[in-house]
Amino acid sequence: MSEATKSQHRPNIKLPIYLDYQATTPVDPRVMDIMLPHFTEKFGNPHSRTHAYGWEAEGAVEKARGQVAHLIGADPREIVFTSGATESNNLAIKGVAHFYGDQRKHIITVQTEHKCVLDSCRHLEQEGFEITYLPVQPNGLIRLEDLAAAATDNTVLVSVMAVNNEIGVIQPIAEIGAFCRERKIFFHTDAAQAAGKIPLDVNAMNIDLMSISGHKLYAPMGIGALYVRRKPRVRLQAIMNGGGQERGMRSGTLPGPLCVGLGAACEFAEQDMASDNERLRRLRDRFLKGLSDIPELYINGDLEQRFPGNLNISFAYIEGESMLMALKDLAVSSGSACTSASLEPSYVLRALGVDVEMAHTSIRIGIGRFTTEDEIDYAVKTIHEHVDRLREMSPLWEMVQDGIDLKSIEWTDH
Amino acid sequence: MAYSKEVVDHYENPRNVGALDKEDESVGTGLVGAPACGDVMKLQIKVDAAGVIEDAKFKTFGCGSAIASSSLVTEWVKGKTLDEAGTIKNTQIAEELALPPVKIHCSVLAEDAIKAAIADFKTKKPSTDV
Repeated sequence: MSEATKSQHRPNIKLPIYLDYQATTPVDPRVMDIMLPHFTEKFGNPHSRTHAYGWEAEGAVEKARGQVAHLIGADPREIVFTSGATESNNLAIKGVAHFYGDQRKHIITVQTEHKCVLDSCRHLEQEGFEITYLPVQPNGLIRLEDLAAAATDNTVLVSVMAVNNEIGVIQPIAEIGAFCRERKIFFHTDAAQAAGKIPLDVNAMNIDLMSISGHKLYAPMGIGALYVRRKPRVRLQAIMNGGGQERGMRSGTLPGPLCVGLGAACEFAEQDMASDNERLRRLRDRFLKGLSDIPELYINGDLEQRFPGNLNISFAYIEGESMLMALKDLAVSSGSACTSASLEPSYVLRALGVDVEMAHTSIRIGIGRFTTEDEIDYAVKTIHEHVDRLREMSPLWEMVQDGIDLKSIEWTDH
Repeated sequence: MAYSKEVVDHYENPRNVGALDKEDESVGTGLVGAPACGDVMKLQIKVDAAGVIEDAKFKTFGCGSAIASSSLVTEWVKGKTLDEAGTIKNTQIAEELALPPVKIHCSVLAEDAIKAAIADFKTKKPSTDV
């Protein structure tokens, strides 16, 4: 590309460049257009049975329910609208545990699950449930042998996320589903990062419960869904009690415009999935190629069994938070939880067996539907500049260049 | 996270980044922290015959506040005697940079780094009594 073309392109880039699509996605303007009339004209309460406003809103919500169901090969009657994936995960895990808990009291999940799954399990542990937290391999994937070894006649639920939020790896959902079905154990998957991104079919994959988040798939925040299988039937004890909406599983007035947004987003995601993913893979590969001449750069998590819109990279000898500060033109996040006032690096990377010092150097990059090639090129350029600068400033880089083995040093912990 | 303008200034324009010859008799080197904790500081001082710090350099692996803390102390120690430099307290660093509570450990590390550099220099030149 000539310099002239470059400078023509540059003004199109809005800084900072948004590369944090695993944190949230913008609402797709197509989704927004569909939602808008439902705030102002078609605003009825979908549960009002006595007038046209209510019927119209109910019709819109039911259409949306069908769109969500279609994305995952489900029946619309199996979709429960919720406020988001945290609520869906809570409802699935606690709901199953509380309904079946007097018969079976063991749950299996994974060390790299999202905090809301882990915390729901911790909560159940305090109530007397037994929880197994499966380890993962260095590539971030569980071993089916570990799952098989952990399952007992007392196991009521297996909860394994489809796509990891930090490292993007795709767990072997179909294999886990087949195992659970054979053993008559309920299988829940947190698909917050997966629904609309990778093909999911609840029947082909033997999934009994699936959590979906709106704002990870270009719908608004504050809406999500839980798929609950009807045949063979999965029963839940509700968390929200009230008017008995959502077939008693989740009381409360449905937010019509948000349901409509989730439905539309699911339809677009289904329609565009193949082309979106091809684009994401091309951008991801362009990004990796641009960084390929940086020494001592490590990708955390399997690169093949992975959603192409995610990268988690350790820039060895550069502390993650100082890297984020340097990359102020890029909206990215640190895999290291240092930014949240704790000195502990990411528990997900630790579960992969990544050294603590390496976990302190990780950056999560999320590429999405609205990322452009120009943005990727700009990101590559700015990362190059700052990696060089920060490594020049790093005593660890200097020591390694001098041939010193960092593991041989007696560090003073503080 | 919002950084103070003092931290941003030191982070974006760090003073005295670099290295001095650690084999040089007149150079003291302090290396503190641990990679596993996410902070390592290397601070070096060059001391003249009168016991005055004539030059200081640093390299830091750590967050913006850690880089700023080490940059600031290299500025402060220059022109000071070893005794004067030894009195620099982490609270002064934290105050100057307006560090939030979660970043106080960065200033503690910078204080430790000066003390370690002075101690290293003194072990090289035990006769220097200043």
